[in-house]
Amino acid sequence: MDSFSSVQLLYLLKGVGWTLVLSLISFALGSVAGFVVMLARVSVHRPVRVVTSAYIQIIQGIPLLVLLFIVYFGVGIFGINVAPLVASAIALMIHVSAFLGEIWRGSVQAIEKTQWEASECLGLSRWQSLILVIIPQALRMSLPPSVGYLVQVIKLTSLASVVGFVELTRAGQIINNSLFQPFLVFVLVGAFYFVLCYPLSLWSRAMERKLNVGNR
Amino acid sequence: MQYDFNFAGLLPYWHTFLDGAVLTLELTLASTVFGLAIGIFCSIGSRSRFRWINRACAVYVETIRNTPFLVQIFIFYFGLSSIGLQMPAAVAAVIAMVINVGAYSSEIIRAGMDAIPRGQIEAAECLGLSRPRIYWHVIMLPAFEKVYPAITSQFILMMLMSSITSQISTEELTAVANNVQSETFLSLESYIVVATLYLLLAVVLRLLFWLAGQLLFRRKRVITQAQRCSASVGNAAARKRKAVARKLPAVTIRG
Repeated sequence: MDSFSSVQLLYLLKGVGWTLVLSLISFALGSVAGFVVMLARVSVHRPVRVVTSAYIQIIQGIPLLVLLFIVYFGVGIFGINVAPLVASAIALMIHVSAFLGEIWRGSVQAIEKTQWEASECLGLSRWQSLILVIIPQALRMSLPPSVGYLVQVIKLTSLASVVGFVELTRAGQIINNSLFQPFLVFVLVGAFYFVLCYPLSLWSRAMERKLNVGNR
Repeated sequence: MQYDFNFAGLLPYWHTFLDGAVLTLELTLASTVFGLAIGIFCSIGSRSRFRWINRACAVYVETIRNTPFLVQIFIFYFGLSSIGLQMPAAVAAVIAMVINVGAYSSEIIRAGMDAIPRGQIEAAECLGLSRPRIYWHVIMLPAFEKVYPAITSQFILMMLMSSITSQISTEELTAVANNVQSETFLSLESYIVVATLYLLLAVVLRLLFWLAGQLLFRRKRVITQAQRCSASVGNAAARKRKAVARKLPAVTIRG
């Protein structure tokens, strides 16, 4: 039996890299989709709001793991051999869009109505007031929970290991299969995740504290 | 490309799906009850005067919140069995879920307790309430009432997270789908069925939690009702006052 050496450590570090890549891709795609979801949730048209709300309810009611399987096999039946990275990025994008859309809707709706009315008085159209007045203010408020959600996304990418994408967790499994020292390997994997996530958590909390100073 | 969905092929397996759903609910129930207990203890501990209790609670919460559930499960199932602590998959799943949800709910409850105004606690001290009674009546119950929506949605998230325990072969809903699809090759259909079941469970749980909230927090319900009442009464009074005000100037001018 081999023991844990620098070879395995390097392999885990490569896994860390892929975890970061997948997190960034899915967070970027998810924010674009989430922005659209947020816009649809604050739309003036009632049907648009209802449909988006149903979409959010459905996505938030399905586990990411099951969503991942549906995307993985669902794209597969069209004869396209989808790479695990693509399947997991799509599934994560859908999942993230629902949650981020809801977070951002909250911060947009937290802006006082008087801001809308004031920009209306200045002759701005609904779009102009949304882009120029409301969103810049909402952005400041939504930053801490968004960073907090990025931590969630990093943790959720561990599920991509299930469809065979070699990120940190999968790398740990592979190493464990050859060394059979699960305690050491998985504690190490957990430690790597902690190193990735903890600074972001701290940053998110610090921003939140800074933002709340005025409210106290 | 055309694909014919064949949901009929899954009909013979309805019983297994049901069993899976029941196990998922059992996992959720167990982790809700025990996780809540851990959460309450830990949130009290994180407000303790003793530094080391504080530190221990913070380390526990931060460690759990910053590592993926999948890795936690692997540590509990594979890791602990390799150092001589063997347990069945379902037990390991429940323990991992309890520890996970305990950390999250502790953070939520702590936020609720921090939101209790300092003056209320001081008022209770002035009234000579004992420390346990202050904790229970002045801090715990109002805090729990405040964070009830957040904590119930955490439990629903936990129900969805229980799907991850399929990775250590707990026979819950997702694992059932894995088995059925490998027997019938109806992969997409099985996962769609399971997704629908999860959605149904989430909706039912949300409804149950809402009902429980209505029953548990009668005080809150009464308060909101009273507020609504007084608001409508206030409106009526305001209207009356306005009517009087409209009459008043005329009177003064005449006078």
